[in-house]
Amino acid sequence: MNAPEDTAVKVVPVRHYGQWVGAVVALVLIAMLVNTLFSKIPSGQYVCHAVNGARRCHQTSVWRFSWNIVFHYFTTSEVLHGLMLTIYLTVIAMVAGIVIGIALAVMRLSSNRLLSMTAWCYTWFFRGTPVLVQLFFWDYISILYHTITIGVPFTHIAFLHLNAATLFTPVTAAIVALSLNEGAYMSEIARSGLISVDEGQSEAAMSLGMTRSQTLRVVVLPQAMRVIIPPTGNEVISMLKTTSLASTIAVIELFGATNNISANNFEIMPLLIVASLWYLIVTTVLSTGQFYLERRFARGALRTPPPTPLQRLRRDVRGILAKFRTRRGVREATS
Amino acid sequence: MSVPMVEARGVHKSYAGVQVLKGVDLTVVRGEVTCLIGPSGSGKSTLLRCINHLEKHDSGELRVDGELVGYEMRGTKLHELNDKRICAERSQIGMVFQRFNLFQHLTVLDNVTIGLIKVRGLDSDAARKKARELLARVGLSEKDKHYPSQLSGGQQQRVAIARALAMEPKLMLFDEPTSALDPELVGEVLDVMKDLALSGMTMIVVTHEMGFAREVANTVYFLDEGIIEESGTPADVLGAPKSERLKSFLSKVL
Repeated sequence: MNAPEDTAVKVVPVRHYGQWVGAVVALVLIAMLVNTLFSKIPSGQYVCHAVNGARRCHQTSVWRFSWNIVFHYFTTSEVLHGLMLTIYLTVIAMVAGIVIGIALAVMRLSSNRLLSMTAWCYTWFFRGTPVLVQLFFWDYISILYHTITIGVPFTHIAFLHLNAATLFTPVTAAIVALSLNEGAYMSEIARSGLISVDEGQSEAAMSLGMTRSQTLRVVVLPQAMRVIIPPTGNEVISMLKTTSLASTIAVIELFGATNNISANNFEIMPLLIVASLWYLIVTTVLSTGQFYLERRFARGALRTPPPTPLQRLRRDVRGILAKFRTRRGVREATS
Repeated sequence: MSVPMVEARGVHKSYAGVQVLKGVDLTVVRGEVTCLIGPSGSGKSTLLRCINHLEKHDSGELRVDGELVGYEMRGTKLHELNDKRICAERSQIGMVFQRFNLFQHLTVLDNVTIGLIKVRGLDSDAARKKARELLARVGLSEKDKHYPSQLSGGQQQRVAIARALAMEPKLMLFDEPTSALDPELVGEVLDVMKDLALSGMTMIVVTHEMGFAREVANTVYFLDEGIIEESGTPADVLGAPKSERLKSFLSKVL
């Protein structure tokens, strides 16, 4: 070696030229997008004023995406009511869907053939028909059943008679349709979670004397949650947007509300943007919640839990600072 | 002489047409250590799992502490017990598994307390107090807040022993407790088991650790292809094997 012993050997990292080109292209595309989002177009209206006795006119311009109209309608009470109903439908349908799904998954894994076949048929039926069709079906259910009776099957003993038409309001129909449909999807997710837990875990629980249901609740389900949560988060976000289909059966949720407004003022695009922005905001909140939930249920599964975004940011900043410092240090040492 | 802790008479068990146990007779005396040895697939683990009814035996008589396991004699018929009764029986029998099977989502302390809380109905303070004593006994007081994945195999197995002991079992079953351990970790688990044997616990140990069997066991059973080929004191079975099968088995493992 000819290099003097006190100078460290310089490391030259591989240069990724392809990546650089890609980054430049991406940057240009992003710039174009931002530019068009905030561009203005001629409005077709003129304003005139007198300048030194002469009348000067010029055409005014407006945002291409009508941001002023978007902003105006963003927090109107109609939109906020719609948003509340959207969140309400999402929460109810998901909670019911998860309960139905877990029950179906347990049935599906049962050693009783009738129970497992019933669960299979349920999933087959509700996954096999479009959710839009199911929404209409439950909305029109009173055509098939005028009254709904709660009593002993196959007898005339009845405890309660309910009028189907008054019971199945559009909102109820939406809740029933979305919950039953979600149950079918959740059952597959829950099943994959349950079978992901090692059999030794339930054997250990049973050897302690736990009953089957204790074993499921105390040992298997909490560990299955780790596998169940990520796809369930996906389902929640998907459900949030699926609720917009309920507007077709006269449920005035977020999309229904913005649609109603644009039907009156013909500002279709701005109101679609209002709805989209709200869906994006709620999705962002949900994704954040999912991250922390995943972290909670990963306890014990990972030796070190993944950092929270805040921790990661702090670590990155510290890393960059350290790099900067060492570089400067090297330069000073070599000069 | 009092009733033996475990008594098996002609126990049979088959999986999907394959006979795993072909009429096993076994007697485990109270306060003694019994080791089951034999080649893999000989039915040792299956026999152990029949004793706490994790597996149902097909025929024969199997009694723990004088009571039939998993069944009840009513008149002339054997009735299978319901889930609750079987659980009550199982909670009297501790089991330690080859792969530890600690509850991955619970801390070490919670692994030990969970049975006390959920099965015995203790409040969490009493359960914790007892769990701490047991963790001290297996030498793991410091690790109570760790999760199983943060422990070595030997430590995990000692927690598993503490978890089983928390239920104050009258009988402990060990299913190859050191087979999944790195060689240098085997000793710490065997030491805990030796202490337990000295304290007078009735133990049935499926093992390949012949040294442990020789030192600790009162009786050794050699199983081969679902039958007890030979049994007796460690000195007889391990020192003076009679059958060719046991001779060839010992020549491979010793």
